[in-house]
This record gives sequence, structure tokens and C-alpha cells, in this order.
Amino acid sequence: MKKDLHPLAMIALIAGVTLFGRVLPTWTLSLATIAASNALIALGIVVLARTGNVSFGQGLFFAAGGYGVALIASAWGITDAVAQVIIGAACGGLLGLVVGPLIARYSGIFFGMLTLALSMVFYGALVKSTALGGSDGFNVGRPTLFGLSFTDPREADFMLYAVSVIVTGFAGIGATILFRSEFGLASLAVRENNLRVEYLGISANRIISINFVTAAIFAGASGAFALMAQRHIDPQFAYWTTSGEFVFIAVLAGNQSVAAVFVASMALELVRSFSNLYLPNTWQLVLGVFLLGVILFLPRGIGSLWIRSRRKRSASAEAALTAERGATP
Amino acid sequence: MNFFLTIVLDGLIQASWLFIVALGLTLVFGVLKILNIAHGSFYALGAYIAASTVTMVAARGLPPGVGFVAMLLSVALIAAAVGLLLERGLLKMFYGRDEVVLLLVTYAVFLILEDVTKLIWGVNPIYATQPYEMFGNLEFAGLYYVGYDLVLIPISALIGFAIWFGLNRTVIGKIVLAVIHNEEMSVSMGVRVNRVYAIAFAFGVLLAALAGALTAPKISMQPGLSSDVIILSFAIVVIGGLGSVEGAAVGAILVGLARAASVHLMPQAELFMIYLIMAAVLMFRPEGLFKRETARRI
Repeated sequence: MKKDLHPLAMIALIAGVTLFGRVLPTWTLSLATIAASNALIALGIVVLARTGNVSFGQGLFFAAGGYGVALIASAWGITDAVAQVIIGAACGGLLGLVVGPLIARYSGIFFGMLTLALSMVFYGALVKSTALGGSDGFNVGRPTLFGLSFTDPREADFMLYAVSVIVTGFAGIGATILFRSEFGLASLAVRENNLRVEYLGISANRIISINFVTAAIFAGASGAFALMAQRHIDPQFAYWTTSGEFVFIAVLAGNQSVAAVFVASMALELVRSFSNLYLPNTWQLVLGVFLLGVILFLPRGIGSLWIRSRRKRSASAEAALTAERGATP
Repeated sequence: MNFFLTIVLDGLIQASWLFIVALGLTLVFGVLKILNIAHGSFYALGAYIAASTVTMVAARGLPPGVGFVAMLLSVALIAAAVGLLLERGLLKMFYGRDEVVLLLVTYAVFLILEDVTKLIWGVNPIYATQPYEMFGNLEFAGLYYVGYDLVLIPISALIGFAIWFGLNRTVIGKIVLAVIHNEEMSVSMGVRVNRVYAIAFAFGVLLAALAGALTAPKISMQPGLSSDVIILSFAIVVIGGLGSVEGAAVGAILVGLARAASVHLMPQAELFMIYLIMAAVLMFRPEGLFKRETARRI
């Protein structure tokens, strides 16, 4: 929640980052595309986490978006990147509309377990379905944009980079506006005490459901990006370790700043690709130590690095609140 | 009829080792309120250590019975040490934080252990089949079973009884139960909660590793073992109710039967079936089948 950055300045920032892609080396383009796509789904988790619920099954919507795009694109011959993102978001969102209201009644560990269970049911169904390639999945073609097809790999990579940065950027702006809105503040209130929110005449379930659907839309769009970047899809999209990675990014970022989600996602991709390069057998070990370090030394996420100084007073007040909550489970 | 019996027996064999794993998970959750994702890694660790011990013993030309005992002993020792070390050295630093944060801490431990096992034992499948033959084959109602598999059922029943007895009929067990029910009150009554935490966590690791050791002769050890096991044991403890011993038993039998039934009737539907049961239980009885209702604390 950057209080001083105007939305127009953010749009300028997105345009700048997109154009910056022209001078980036090719290997960083695909890395940044994945980072932006992961940031989008992690942003959804942060949106939902503001109501106090963490979803360990975002892989469900990630896979729903990916498979939805792959199936519809091959059935109708839609190859346009923007159209595919919209289809992915719609698939994720529709599934979220079905699941959200059912799941909004639960909280804490049960919420997490139920989302995990649903994503694993989906995983089990995908592995079983031979029509969808079973556990091997299937390949899809290269995306186009507004009728243009890109034969040069670098141009294709840049196109995907640009689309993912712009979409994720606008999702970030949307989330910032949402966080500052009355609805966003009510979401925070649900996390603090959902009973009191109910007594104030606001439906906590409705707030959780809406945040859940938002997260599902982001996850579906993110699934579409992952599909376009890899040009392949398999049930691993819905597996619990995939969802775990997205929660990882969300925790790394903390829930104070939208920008932190992008930084965290990029940091994770960089750590991953560098340890892949230099420590090919121990990158999970590096990741685990990295995560422990962040939880231990930056308990409020990477975002607290630049938010802390500005909002010291409110942060210390909130820390006192959480300490109090931690003492009485 | 025979077909039905096969499913039931196969299910019980599956349930026997699943129960031991789930028991550890549910104990750790009950006492420390941590849903331990690294639990599957401790299972894998136990299986790998058992394989190494069995191979070492077999190389000396000793009978498989010696290998069996040696593997249980070595696994128990190493697991208890690892458990104590992790709880005192790492988890302790995160107490008082959010449930979800603790979950992620164990996720980090899971990632780390995943690579540590790869570094020590490599990525190729490892086998330790020597003890698997030691009880011979048995004929049961016209079906042939490997004796080792059938022996697992009474062993796990015995472990389950020992844990139940230890918790409900001994002083230490009563103290642990007191901490499970109301930690603050226990502290004010003079219970050293830190010590209870360390013991409970070490016991949880021990149970997971023991289950790994007991199943090591039946399976091939390779990367990915831990994530498969944790996903099954999560389902079991959620079905039974987090923190409940009886619940873990019923959950293990349900999941074991579901696994066996889907293997015989609809292969590959296994995970789907199990998680469908888990989702259904969560929908209608979110506290699990066996959890006692508690007043809501705000």
C-alpha cells in the first residue's frame, strides 16, 4: 500500500518496465515472464491473505486456467495471447465462483487444508484423464498477438514479456486500489475479528468469497501465461508443491506492499536460476534456507524493507497486536 | 467374495504403515499446533537409513532378522536425535508466530531435507529387500500373502496401543494431554512446556521414520517419496480429526481401503478417491470425524 504513488505514475512505471525489456538479454526475458506470471498468482494469495485465509490450493485455479486455455485454444483455434489470458482468467474466475462461497465458511488451517484437498482432487482427476494426456500432459502452439505471428524467438519472448508485465502491472494497480477501498479495509477487519465485522452488518463470508474469486481470476490468468511460456501443460500445474511455491512468494513479499510481490517473485526466479546454474543438485536446499532466513529476519516480508521506515508507528502497533494474538491461540 | 477379501486385506496392510505415519503427524499437531509438512521427509529419511543399515548388515553375511532389528534401532536413534535437534535448534525460534508461518517453516525444512537425502543417497532407486523374505509366504483363505506384510498389521496395532496407553495411562502422557488441551493452564501449573514440545516432536519424527523403516523392504526408495507420503498422511489426519489418535486409526483404515479398492477397481483414481473423501469430510465435519467439539475462542 504505497500511499504516495499515484495510479498514473504506476502506469508510467509499467510502460517503462515494458520498454526496458527491449534492452534486456533474451534469457532474462523468459525469466521475467515467469516471474511476472508468478507474481500475479501470488498477488491473488496476498489479496486473499488480507482476510486471514491462506490458500494452499491456488494450483487448482492455475491449472484450470492453463487447461481451459489449452483446450479452448485448440478447439476454436484461438492463438491470440490477450484472448488466451482473458479465457484463462474467466476459467479460473468461474471455478472460483463455484468454490469460493462453499469454502468461505472455513478459516485458518481448515481453509488451507480444504483448498489443498480440492486442488489434489483436480490433480488426481487430471492424471487419470487419458483424453488430456494423463500425467504427461500435452503441447500447444506458439501464441500470436492481434493477428501478428512471431517467428523470431526473441520477438516472441518479448511479446509474451510485454503482455505479462502489462497484465500483471494492471492487476497490481487494481489490487492497490482494492486495498485502499472500503472493501479492502473491511477485508483486513475480517482477519482481525470476523465476528465483530458481522455485528457491524457486513457479511464476512461475502468479503472472503469476493477476495477468493479475485484470487482465482489472477491464478487463472497466471495459468494462461505459464502455458504460453512453456507451450506445454501437465497435471503438475495442480500439484501441491506448485501451490506451495506461490504461497512461498506471497510470504516472501508480506502483505504490506504490492510492489514487494513483484520483487519477491523476481528474487525467487533469480535465486532459482542461479542455483540451478551453479548448484544444480541443491537448489531446493538454497530455497529452503532462503525462506527460513526471510521468515526469521524479515517477519513482515520483503515489503517491510521500505515500508517500515515510513510507517513505523502503525507497524509497531500492529506488531503488538500480533504478539498479543500469538500469546492466546 | 475372495475379491472383496483381497481388497480388505490389502487395505489393512496399507493402513498399518499409514497409521504409524499419521500418528506422528497428529501427535505433533496436537501438542505443538504445527501441521508438519516435513513429516513425509522424516518418513523418507527413516526408509533411507533403514536401507543403508540392511545393506550393511547383509554385506557382513548376517541373517535378515539381525538386519531387521538393526534397522529399527538405527532409525529410532537417528530419528530421535534429528527430532530433538530440529525442535530445539530451529522450530523453537518461531513459536508464537502464526499457524501458517509455522507451516511454511516446515515447508522450508521439507525443501532442505529433500536435497539432503538426494546428496547422501543419490537420485537412483535404492532397494533393501532382504528382510521382506524373512517371514516367508502365508496362505490365507486361498490367497497368498507375503508374511512380512501381514506382520505389519499387528506391529502397527501394537504401536498404536502403546501410544494410546502412554498418553492415557501414564503420568507423562497425562501431562502431554494437559498441554494439548490448555497450554496456558499447564504452564501455570508448573509443566515445563518446552520439554513436552521437544519430546512430542522427537516422538513424531520417530514414528514417521519408524514407518519408513518398516516399509523400506517393500518399496524402492527414490526422490518424491516424501511428498507422496505427506499428501496421504495429511488426508488421514484431516479425515480423522487433527490431534486425535482414534481418528488417525480410522482415517488410516479408510484411506488404506480406498487405496486398495481403487488399485483393484480403478487404477490411477487413487489420489482422486482419497482427496474426495477428505474434501467431503471437511465439508460436512470440518473438525474431522473424531475431534471433540470445543468452545470457540476469540
